Amino acid sequence: MKEQVGLRGKAWFKALTGSDTPNHGDDPNSVLATTAAVGNESALFLCVVPDKDSRFPCVRDGQVGLEEAFTLATHIRAVIAEDRDKPREAKRPIIAIVDVKSQAYGRREETAGIFFAAATSADAYASARMAGHPVISLVAGHAFSGGFLTHGYQANRILAFDDAGIVIHAMHKEAAARITRRSVAELEKLGHEIPPMSYDVREYAKLGLLFKLLHADDPQHSTSNEVAEVRRAITEAIADARKGKLDLSNRWESDAAKETRKGTLAVRAALEAQWFNE
Amino acid sequence: MNTRTLIPDFVNRKSFIELDARARAQSLFDEGTWKELVGPFDRIESPWLAKQGIAPQFDDGCIVIKGKIGGSPAVAIAFEGAFQGGSVGEVSGAKMTAALDLATKDSETGKPTAAVLLLQTGGVRLQEANLGLAAVAEIISSALALRQHAPVITIVAGTVGCFGGMSLVAGVSSYTVMTREARLGLNGPEVIEQESGIDEFDSSDRALIWAIHGGEQRVGMGLADSLLEDDAGKIAAAVRDCVHQGVPEKHRIEQVELYRARIAALDTSRQIDPAKLRQQWASTSGGVR
Repeated sequence: MKEQVGLRGKAWFKALTGSDTPNHGDDPNSVLATTAAVGNESALFLCVVPDKDSRFPCVRDGQVGLEEAFTLATHIRAVIAEDRDKPREAKRPIIAIVDVKSQAYGRREETAGIFFAAATSADAYASARMAGHPVISLVAGHAFSGGFLTHGYQANRILAFDDAGIVIHAMHKEAAARITRRSVAELEKLGHEIPPMSYDVREYAKLGLLFKLLHADDPQHSTSNEVAEVRRAITEAIADARKGKLDLSNRWESDAAKETRKGTLAVRAALEAQWFNE
Repeated sequence: MNTRTLIPDFVNRKSFIELDARARAQSLFDEGTWKELVGPFDRIESPWLAKQGIAPQFDDGCIVIKGKIGGSPAVAIAFEGAFQGGSVGEVSGAKMTAALDLATKDSETGKPTAAVLLLQTGGVRLQEANLGLAAVAEIISSALALRQHAPVITIVAGTVGCFGGMSLVAGVSSYTVMTREARLGLNGPEVIEQESGIDEFDSSDRALIWAIHGGEQRVGMGLADSLLEDDAGKIAAAVRDCVHQGVPEKHRIEQVELYRARIAALDTSRQIDPAKLRQQWASTSGGVR
């Protein structure tokens, strides 16, 4: 099963907002951004999709590049500014629909400082969260590496579908195998034993980073019941985010993390004890 | 003729990049004020490497030192490029996040504490893949939280450079200090060549690599703040200056419109000439502090 990256993201953007046409004006066609209802309030929905006509070659197959990062940051910062004086419970939710191949692997991008572009988007998402906006990510397809850092990984709560089309990872299999000097088969075997290396979303769920796993029989062609179910999950995630802390501590304090991220918790406890022991 | 005039200064200088990560971090602090936290004797090592037949290290390649810089409270977190390429694993990443969080806690209670991040890293440690990537997201968040109260200062020195997800951490910092040897970028040349082909990036072309990723270029185009010689004394002095300057009025990372307009103005029909780009960006007012 090899479907094009970005199609699932686009399908879910349409299912949840009613539209999948890019904004005209300054935005590239690779970023979908609109305000739509969720629960009984309106939210900013964002998605990065492939744009076969992009003036940046890497973006044509769904890599996240310079324009995508700055466009996301612009939309997010506009919402932060508009809601600045509102109380926390009235700050608009920001919903990132994630189906991204990777960051752009191009010379144009490196020359123009894609590290900084990607950082502006991550920074805008994190600033929104710290300002009290519930930031929710729905991983509908792929969420790779710098692409995910740019778009979605700063969320208060992350939702993902539970099927084989979902891959959340630091690097795609072939490249990771080459760099760690292993075969793809060895890498897959290691993934079964070592949860952080797995390409299976059910193993990823053991790391404690997810709010919830969702199910759709065919995430690219969802039924109305499945869409309603996803809406409910997003609403629930928003409510949970509003009750919780602004930082990402829920990730290492989750029940799953207590099992899997013992190293993280040991470091935090030891550092805190020694920090204040003067 | 005395030896002073015969031997140029650069021979007598104390090199920074020849020091290991621990010594680099120590060299930034006021004498007698620092201590290492969660050091090798605490033996908190990666829980994942041994399972893969890779020898872990008792400090996981990340050194945390707390003390005073120019009389002000500060913490330095340094990645050791010689251990697993300075990669971010669960433990090394958690050290950085936790140290930033504790600096924020102190800062919020009336004791502003700056953080200095010494980044020589290739990015996420692929043997701990998803926990490394998650750690990078957490570090970005914690750096953002601290920089409201106290400066976050990134130093990229030495030839390992700062790549992968950790380059975003440099991006969200208050100040970035580089040496000429250092490189800063999201994707290293080898990765681009592997993913997009040798026509896109020839990773054996060293002149091209430094023209794009090198310290002089990054500072010249305004994506880093100062270019320093490989001299431990000068680097420590530059860090003291950043600590004294405190939190900048506006962080570079918040100037989205300016940089978005610059990207919109690029001609992408061919590769971008790094020297020309540097000239253009340096001369556009407002971008470079």
